[in-house]
Amino acid sequence: MNNTHLTFFFFGFVFFFLYFFPFMPRGKQIALVYLRYLVLTSIAALILAPFFWLVCSAFKDPEVLMAYTFLPPVSEWSSQTLNFSNLKKLFEKEETLEGAIYFWQYIVNSFFLASTSTMVTLFFSSLGGYALAKYEFRGRSFLILFMLGTMMIPAMLLLSPLYHLIHKMNWMDTYWALIVPGACSAFGMFLFRQAFFSVPSTLVEAARIDGCGEFGIYLNIVMPLVRPITAAFCLISFLGSWNAFIAPDVFIQTQSKLTLTVALNQYVDLYDQQYGIFLAGTLLAIIPPAILFFSLEKEFVGGLTSGAIKG
Amino acid sequence: MATVTLVDVGKNYPGDIKAVEDFNLVIEDGEFIVLVGPSGCGKSTTLRMIAGLEDITEGEISIDDRIVNRVSPKDRDIAMVFQNYALYPHMSVRENMAFSLKLRKYPKTEIEARINDVAQMLGLTDLLHRKPRALSGGQRQRVAVGRAIVRQPSVFLFDEPLSNLDAKLRVQMRVELSQLHNEINTTMIYVTHDQVEAMTMGDRIVVMNEGLIQQVADPITLYDRPVNKFVASFIGTPPMNFFDGHILAQNSSIAFLSEDGMQLQIAEQQTKKFRQLDKQKVVLGIRPEHIGSAIAENSETVGRISAVVDVVEPMGAETYVYLKSETTSFVSRVDSHKKYMVGEKIELAVAMDRAHFFDVNTDKAIL
Ligand SMILES: Nc1ncnc2c1ncn2[C@@H]1O[C@H](COP(=O)(O)OP(=O)(O)OP(=O)(O)O)[C@@H](O)[C@H]1O
Ligand SMILES: [Mg+2]
Repeated sequence: MNNTHLTFFFFGFVFFFLYFFPFMPRGKQIALVYLRYLVLTSIAALILAPFFWLVCSAFKDPEVLMAYTFLPPVSEWSSQTLNFSNLKKLFEKEETLEGAIYFWQYIVNSFFLASTSTMVTLFFSSLGGYALAKYEFRGRSFLILFMLGTMMIPAMLLLSPLYHLIHKMNWMDTYWALIVPGACSAFGMFLFRQAFFSVPSTLVEAARIDGCGEFGIYLNIVMPLVRPITAAFCLISFLGSWNAFIAPDVFIQTQSKLTLTVALNQYVDLYDQQYGIFLAGTLLAIIPPAILFFSLEKEFVGGLTSGAIKG
Repeated sequence: MATVTLVDVGKNYPGDIKAVEDFNLVIEDGEFIVLVGPSGCGKSTTLRMIAGLEDITEGEISIDDRIVNRVSPKDRDIAMVFQNYALYPHMSVRENMAFSLKLRKYPKTEIEARINDVAQMLGLTDLLHRKPRALSGGQRQRVAVGRAIVRQPSVFLFDEPLSNLDAKLRVQMRVELSQLHNEINTTMIYVTHDQVEAMTMGDRIVVMNEGLIQQVADPITLYDRPVNKFVASFIGTPPMNFFDGHILAQNSSIAFLSEDGMQLQIAEQQTKKFRQLDKQKVVLGIRPEHIGSAIAENSETVGRISAVVDVVEPMGAETYVYLKSETTSFVSRVDSHKKYMVGEKIELAVAMDRAHFFDVNTDKAIL
């Protein structure tokens, strides 16, 4: 019997009480409201539990890490059981074969890579999507079909040909290997294509008559109208790059160029598992995407195109 | 200020769709020309070819003396107002109007001056800071026109600019646009499917059907002398009545004999050309205002037909009476103060000197 069970029982009890004793005014409606809370709360608990576990683990002393699922009982709280030793160790100077490296180096690397890839992908995917949505040209439908086809192939399958290609191009151990292959995503082009359908073609034509060049139309007229999609796409692609593990692990060798994910993973290897430090680093790694999400949140609210055309 | 010339212009869409064919027209400098026709007849396509938004399959379009087939829209010195206004939603009214001027690198002070002038003219001064979202339909329409005017182009193109407005506003904007044309006197090409707009606004009207020009004329000529059955039925509300029948020449008089047996004497000035058409099938066309009880007083040749009143539609100033004879139904436009009962059999006068005759096979007017 733990807290989760108790919560379940509480809501369940309230639901049955309200539902089967309909002497209360509007008893059933209220019962259904409670049922909804019950379902939502349990789903939320399910989703948040690992996160809660992560936070707890990051601040537990390595000695007691495995002793408790979440936090130790309040009676045993002390600097022996709960402290910042994981975080401290994480930021200590680390001597590697290639010299001293600080943890923030990996954060900087990841941040640089994620933002650069996002910008590059955003640019090319939206341009591609624009062309596919608003220009008539021969072979367009075939191209779209082909594009969708590529999305069906698992990325893992392409890893070894990609490795071969990167090797041939002398891009091993460079960030080109991480940025260029994802520069134009089929998913992104498709997403933007759908978004651009909602932009009336007469806007494009009006701008063309007004004297705007094709790139200017894309930049000044069309892109500002799909801001919600742009925000969502930025978030998705930032997350994808920030969380990427396989590609940086395969293509980057120099320790000082590693990304956060790969560097963190080194704390848990075959011979030495420092789970406390690993989890403290993971907790830190969650912060930038979270900030990004909350700062972009208001952009997701659509309705920008309203007022463009008739009424 | 410019003349626009279209020579043998045609447009094919993929899939062998001929949207426009053999389009020949010279639009004079400062003229207000209206393209009118039913939906899908190729009006928009023609306008978009003039704008440069659509490739020209055949023929040549020139503005002044320059052939513009291969000139991009921005270099044609035209401005266009779209049916859905196409205002840039993320820009204020001021920015919407300034956009094209900024792109053409006009000095700031000039841009300001032009916008203020136009805003004054269209009554938009208080709305300059607003986004299109926060404007009513009529205001958006005005902004769209304003955005075209600030450019001071040599040709204005309008594609059904009033069709999204309610009836009352449409009449008001119609008058405003006519006034605007009188004020700035620039060539205007205006597309509509509404024949009332066409008649009231156009210096000349181009009636189109199925991609072909049917007739180009000023409004009154178009009304009085339609060249074929299509134009005759398209222009005028309620539309012209048609009766199938044939010509009957007896001695000195020539008459039209309808299928249900009614006989109408053909006006004297027209008899000559019908003499050799004896016994041939023709279609008689008469406008609703030329059938009615009051015709006798001001018409020389009067025919008489009798029919049963089917529906009576009082419009206020006049009344439309829908009638049925044995095989045809037709409509008469009468003084609203005369009362008709549904089911009543009445006799009506027909002003035969205003009658139109059309060839049965070609639908062309017999002139
Ligand atoms: N992009 C296109 N592809 C194929 N056919 C087209 C295209 N655009 C128009 N058409 C066809 O060309 C013909 C003329 O179209 P257009 O838009 O000029 O008509 P319209 O006279 O403006 O009609 P409306 O009053 O409905 O606007 C129509 O039959 C239409 O189906
Ligand atoms: Mg049209």
